[in-house]
Amino acid sequence: MVEQVSVFLENEPGHLAELTRALAAAGINMRALVVADTAEFGVVRIICDRPRAAKEALEASGFGVTLTRVLAVQMPDRPGGLAQVVGVLSDAGVNIEYMYAFVEPGADAAVDIVRVDDPKRAAEALEDAGVRCLRAEDLYATEDAGSS
Amino acid sequence: MSRAQLEELQLRRLRTVLARVHGNVETYRRKFDEAGLAPASVSSLEDLEAVPFTVKDDLRAAYPYGMFAAPLHDIVRVHSSSGTTGQITVVGYTANDISNWADLMARTIACAGGTADDVVQVTYGYGLFTGGLGVHYGSERLGAVTVPISGGMTKRQVQVMRDFGTTILACTPSYALLLAETAGEMGVDVRSLPLRAGIFGAEPWSENMRRQIERALDVKAIDIYGLSEVLGPGVASECLEQDGLHVNEDHFLIEIVDPETLEPVPDGERGEVVFTTLTKEGIPVIRYRTRDISRIVPGECPCGRTFRRMERVTGRTDDMLIVRGVNVFPSQIEQVLAGIPGVAPHYQVILSKRGAMDHVEVHVEVVPDTDFDEIRELETLRRKVASEIQAALAVNLDVKLVEPKSIERSQGKAKRVVDARSEQGGV
Repeated sequence: MVEQVSVFLENEPGHLAELTRALAAAGINMRALVVADTAEFGVVRIICDRPRAAKEALEASGFGVTLTRVLAVQMPDRPGGLAQVVGVLSDAGVNIEYMYAFVEPGADAAVDIVRVDDPKRAAEALEDAGVRCLRAEDLYATEDAGSS
Repeated sequence: MSRAQLEELQLRRLRTVLARVHGNVETYRRKFDEAGLAPASVSSLEDLEAVPFTVKDDLRAAYPYGMFAAPLHDIVRVHSSSGTTGQITVVGYTANDISNWADLMARTIACAGGTADDVVQVTYGYGLFTGGLGVHYGSERLGAVTVPISGGMTKRQVQVMRDFGTTILACTPSYALLLAETAGEMGVDVRSLPLRAGIFGAEPWSENMRRQIERALDVKAIDIYGLSEVLGPGVASECLEQDGLHVNEDHFLIEIVDPETLEPVPDGERGEVVFTTLTKEGIPVIRYRTRDISRIVPGECPCGRTFRRMERVTGRTDDMLIVRGVNVFPSQIEQVLAGIPGVAPHYQVILSKRGAMDHVEVHVEVVPDTDFDEIRELETLRRKVASEIQAALAVNLDVKLVEPKSIERSQGKAKRVVDARSEQGGV
């Protein structure tokens, strides 16, 4: 399980810019950022190297922030990789609330971020199927060495 | 009628109504007695200045019938103020009151050029609200063809307007613009229809909006004024000169007072409008503080009517907003928010123009410990706020969730209402 930073964002010009500036000023390095928006507001979800520091920095800038535990599933970067992961979760009766994926540059694997209704069962089912769930250290190991 | 004759009539009627309320209404008897005022001692209109004021809270405290000056046996109809949150006030009419009201509304329609040859489409709501039935009876009294369509079903309104040959439209000004827009969408050219005048009231509107309505519908747009506590529509009306609303001074005494000192202000100066009803039997009001801000328009009207004119209402002495004919106090919104977990009691009401209609958006802060990852829960929260506001205020407002602590904190009086309409070309 890894921690994802979820930020409430009004649909107003300048708010996303302000968010990214706050993260930059705090020296946060992002792996992935997705914006889920409705007609009324948006939620920005971020995978980054120091989620707690990111939360503090964003709250100091006045944002509403929640840390959410999500699964980071490593998938072989080839056709059918995602289908296998989703199939395992489906067979285990786990409901996916949302997911998004990114490809690690220079690696032959993609990372799938999944929020599910039953993380424990999901993790066990994936492990049984031989699918690897990453920990925070796995994700940020290279950034910690290379960044800052 | 000369001014002297009018004043003689007013005085006679004033003495009668003061005696009536002193004799029949506990609230007035107490107020008059405390002020040492004997109705019989009132011998000139100037003496009115010694008479205590009446405020809305007097009517609320007497809910439902405590301010009635006639026995229920003689009351034939009740209406209520468009007030909200269970704080409504009830007003009662005797058969004479209804008849006078019909006369005054017939006068109002005639002020807009209406005659027995007209077809009047009454789009004000029928029911406890005074608008619909008030205009309805007046239109019938005038002998016009009365179309009691009430509010809503905008496309049908357009069809009826076209098929029935409506010549006078009675509705709120914002609804008139919606009708024009809807007609356009339906491919109906309203400018080619026989419609020639509109009597518009129940919400504040601007000169700019008048021009828009007149252009869109090709009509004379006439401002009418009234409030349920005083009568309903029919208290005052513009004539075709469109320069101030003639107050029906044979039935109502108008005063303009400084809202702070409550001293009368000279003609032409703005202040709070205060009305005394001269003929009402069911529920007369004496020196009723309307909270509306206006002034007496000096001089005589070229139309020949001698009743003095009040300027269109330009504001309120309290923070009340009128949204689609419904009174909204921002403090009511605060009360609703205080009862909902997940939102802070910090809010702002943003008034803007969306197309022709006034648009009201309530910005509500979410609390910092909300789960911001749960979009569904945030949506549910937003809908909950909107529905609770709807339940409490009887008006549907758009609700927007905003970031925690994003609404400016004020040390003094919080700025709860942001009126962005003027920036968009309103007046």
